[in-house]
Amino acid sequence: MTKLRYERPVIMKLETGMPNKFGTRTEYQPMTHIDGNAVDKLMKDYGSPLFVISEKTIRKTIQKAKKAFKTRYPRVQFAWSYKTNYLNAICSIFHQEGSWAEVVSGFEYDKAISLGVDGKKIIFNGPEKSEEDLTKAIRNDSLIHIDHLDELYTISELAEKQKARPRVAIRVNMDTGVYPMWDRFGFNYENGQAWDAINKIMHSDNMELVGLHCHIGTFMLAPSAYGIAATKLAELALSVEEKYKHEIKYIDLGGGFASKNTLKGAYLPGSDTNPTFDDFAEVISSALLNSNFKPERLPMLILETGRALIDEAGYLLGSVISNKRSSTGRRNTILDIGVNILFTSFWYDHKITPAQAFTHYSEDTCIYGPLCMNIDVIRESASLPLLNKDDRVVIHNVGAYNMTQWMQFIALRPNVVLIDMDEKPHVIRLRETLDNMNSMEKVPAHLKKFNVELY
Amino acid sequence: MKLKKNIAVSEAGLLFNPVTGESFSLNPIGIEILNLLRKEKSDEEIRSAILSRYNTDNPTFEKDYQDFIGILKHNHLLESHEETKA
Repeated sequence: MTKLRYERPVIMKLETGMPNKFGTRTEYQPMTHIDGNAVDKLMKDYGSPLFVISEKTIRKTIQKAKKAFKTRYPRVQFAWSYKTNYLNAICSIFHQEGSWAEVVSGFEYDKAISLGVDGKKIIFNGPEKSEEDLTKAIRNDSLIHIDHLDELYTISELAEKQKARPRVAIRVNMDTGVYPMWDRFGFNYENGQAWDAINKIMHSDNMELVGLHCHIGTFMLAPSAYGIAATKLAELALSVEEKYKHEIKYIDLGGGFASKNTLKGAYLPGSDTNPTFDDFAEVISSALLNSNFKPERLPMLILETGRALIDEAGYLLGSVISNKRSSTGRRNTILDIGVNILFTSFWYDHKITPAQAFTHYSEDTCIYGPLCMNIDVIRESASLPLLNKDDRVVIHNVGAYNMTQWMQFIALRPNVVLIDMDEKPHVIRLRETLDNMNSMEKVPAHLKKFNVELY
Repeated sequence: MKLKKNIAVSEAGLLFNPVTGESFSLNPIGIEILNLLRKEKSDEEIRSAILSRYNTDNPTFEKDYQDFIGILKHNHLLESHEETKA
């Protein structure tokens, strides 16, 4: 006789009219496959936990974003934000889709060069660029976005030494009506710092001012803020044109578009409420087209969107280690996925779906990771189907920042698999090993021998 | 272990405690265990009944069963030892 599928027994008190911090049940279907690959098989072949990235979703998303902007504004260029996910395979997909590289450190700059990106198509942002980095960027004719006056003077000196005229832009911070206002990158618009920096560049023969850049915030839920930013940068560009008869070639609105994740504390899921590419494109394009640029001299619009282009393509697969009860009787479930590899669980209530069939019964659950640290909490509260030990789960929208901000902490980092357009899996980053970690360490000779005494 | 006599359980898994006025919902295996408890089956008999019908192993069920009994006790749905003696 075939036995029935086991589900652990549960009894739940019914409380009507009481607020419930766990929210309502959200999962109705298991996620058994990703792009035609069985989750079960992927985990058997590549281990648990496991990052899985869908090439199809990446391409579909960047194409959707390009369409949203290109149908509204004639000159648009995307630049892939390396810090969001700089696995070589991922960067290569974006470069195949026509994106330039946007880097914020010498390490990222070298990564882009090593991948074969033309130096002229690298945007070099960030507050820290060493003389060595700047020398390279000047030699390769990259676009250098100046963050502060010290950098401006260093570039001027290096340009003179190299007998080059680097193409530069300034980073502008401004009040766009959102809180908190990001004013740590670049020069302020309202107090005149930005105009001052522009004049310093324009009076120098050593640099060519080609663009204006801003990075107004992260996970922006108000497209209108980009409209204000675009209007302010357009005004600056037009002032340069009026005073110096010099054309600003591009306006770069940086990144910050929200993905479909749900921020902690949000009442409704991000997939229902967060702005779309069309929402952002409409506001930005309108602001630029409505400014006083002559139609034949519209600047190129550069976008350094990262998160919104990659988040949805990434999944993190994991297994249930155990179910427990807390001292207050709350259900706790421990996964083999910790905050060391899911950094974004500090910001989001990630959607979690079981990878196997389940019934309509659910339980209010706190999801912990495997780390021996109290902060290792993946979801403080989720209404999830009844999970058993060794059950598998899929965590959604993890493509951004997790594969760059992850930490080798307590446990080693797992394999990353890319599922290609033909639904074939490829390991694009190998699971770390003890040898990897030990290869970077050195033990002085006098510490090599020890005797651990037995009591 | 014995379910309190005045506890009402519907076939659909709705449990009502008339003493406290509290209602609970159960999943099918929970109802099955509750009905076995009502029939005053021993832990061993309940374990054997569930393992013969469901695709699970003894350690898994034992852990889940103890957890389930703990929640029943917590909600005062089982006769306490003193009550049983009286």
